[in-house]
Amino acid sequence: MSLAVESLSVRFGRTRILDNVSGLIASPGELTALIGPNGAGKSTLLKSIAGIEKSTGHISLDETALNTLDIAQRAGRIYYLPQDITSRAALSVFEAVLLARRTAHRSDRQQDLQRVQRTLQTLELDQYAERDLGQLSGGQRQRVAIAQAVVREPRVLMLDEPTSALDLHHQLQVLEWLVALAQEQQMIIVIAIHDLSLAARFSRHMWLMGAGGVVRATGAPEEVLTEERLREVYAIKAHVEWPEGEPPRVTPLAATRQLGTPTGQQDF
Amino acid sequence: MTVTAPTTDSSINKYLQRRRRHYWLLVVTAVLTLCSLVIDVATGPGQYGLGDVLRAIVSPDDAPRAIAVIVWEIRLPVALMAITVGMSLASAGAEMQTILNNPLADPFTLGISAAASFGAALAIVLGVSLFPAASELLTTLNAFIMAMVASLLIWLVSRLRGVSVQTMVLMGIALMFFFNATLGILQYVASAESLQQLVFWSLGSLSRSSWSKIGIVTAALVITLPIFFFAGWRLTALRMGDLQARALGVNVGRLRLTVLLCSSLLAATAVAFVGIIGFIGLVGPHIARMLVGEDQRVFLPMSALTGALLMSLTSIVSKTLVPGVLLPVGIITALIGLPFFISLILKSRREVWG
Repeated sequence: MSLAVESLSVRFGRTRILDNVSGLIASPGELTALIGPNGAGKSTLLKSIAGIEKSTGHISLDETALNTLDIAQRAGRIYYLPQDITSRAALSVFEAVLLARRTAHRSDRQQDLQRVQRTLQTLELDQYAERDLGQLSGGQRQRVAIAQAVVREPRVLMLDEPTSALDLHHQLQVLEWLVALAQEQQMIIVIAIHDLSLAARFSRHMWLMGAGGVVRATGAPEEVLTEERLREVYAIKAHVEWPEGEPPRVTPLAATRQLGTPTGQQDF
Repeated sequence: MTVTAPTTDSSINKYLQRRRRHYWLLVVTAVLTLCSLVIDVATGPGQYGLGDVLRAIVSPDDAPRAIAVIVWEIRLPVALMAITVGMSLASAGAEMQTILNNPLADPFTLGISAAASFGAALAIVLGVSLFPAASELLTTLNAFIMAMVASLLIWLVSRLRGVSVQTMVLMGIALMFFFNATLGILQYVASAESLQQLVFWSLGSLSRSSWSKIGIVTAALVITLPIFFFAGWRLTALRMGDLQARALGVNVGRLRLTVLLCSSLLAATAVAFVGIIGFIGLVGPHIARMLVGEDQRVFLPMSALTGALLMSLTSIVSKTLVPGVLLPVGIITALIGLPFFISLILKSRREVWG
């Protein structure tokens, strides 16, 4: 009972964005962190799993091949939260979150309203419920987007750098809450994230991608995040610590010269 | 999950209050439109009392025959045409702005109106029919077909990979220039008679309204508005941006084509019967957006009603501005719309570059 990706490829014209990505598994009840340098194809991977980007290969959820589902069915089970949330639509926060709920379910109206309200409260957004999207700060808008994602109660939630615009308080709050959400709802949550310390701290499983759209490592954070591998994939000299009783620390020390990627492709 | 205790003054209550306020605004606008319709019918060269006119509308058999004929044969068709055309143009504008994610999109700026004019001019000047065996409705059918061609071209461009909605809007503007140029050629070769007809038509006029034309415009509304309503949530989702709309499960390409064709149908029928009337399709939705926001459940009916009200008021103004002279409504909407258009551009510059 999990999400599995086998031999997934994506091309834009002649450019290969994802190159035969295989062996990715995400399990319910825990956070899976998707990490990798810029341009490694993280967003494309998440979009292809959600069915928003055309791809070849095999993606299955709970033993169901996802390409057998239509757009609406797939979106009901898997929700992809885009990286850039720029909409300035003249909708109130409440309306925007209700919209996300109503496009996923056709349940009882009162129940939908309750669900929207609870989600807003949990994300500390209820005091902005009446405000228009255009009047929100970047961080508030990102939290609204997260509210839109979870209010749909999807089986799989894929978040593309959901904490990039958040302050430290809300980064921790959102990540802690996502961990709890995954456990309680037995949800599969994949989160693309640049902060490796946060990724190591909150995820149980990791997908590390490298330039050229290839998977460089998967496994528990302790196995994936080695100083040697960070030098290879990120071209950085970094210090990785797993102190007893404290959150793990990945401290980047210096950028090193990138000595060609193993596949011999140009970095882009 | 850390769930705080729900408060009594909940966001649900505030949301429901907001919905009630929106419905009230709809009712108020509808009542204003109805008042404007009655005033429109009561206004004209023949001075009749409001009571006489009302009686003639409600029970034409009891009213003096002259008043009944004028009201039913001349004034009511014009007044109702104003309402239906206003609804059509504003609904079309509202949905074009929605699917193209652009505040400046409307049948006029996207070249749909220009294409329709070109089609009509083909009929008026050259007698060319784009649809065989149609003499009576030649002008209308030509206008309609060209409007459809223009909207399909815009949509085809959107199917190319990496084309943004901004490109679609630019494509529409290019089409507007193209069809204006071809229209210019036709005007250049036109005979004096057909040129006069063409000019009159392109200024926009309600004066040749008839019950059958109202019927066709209404039919277009009856076909398209339910489609818009049915797609309401998906259309609202589109305003979250293409990517998020697709994540929400919306088939963006198909929705965009459907709604573009429906909007073009609305615009084409309106333009075919009353000529070029600019700015209603732009201004109506903007007023609606300011009043009720962009939740399609209220945004669409509000846009339609605002368009109807504006058009009806324009019809009154066109009769009363210069006593005894019926000004083309297209001129009046343009004159009123222009300051609004400019303020819109200035406002959007502040938002984008401010």
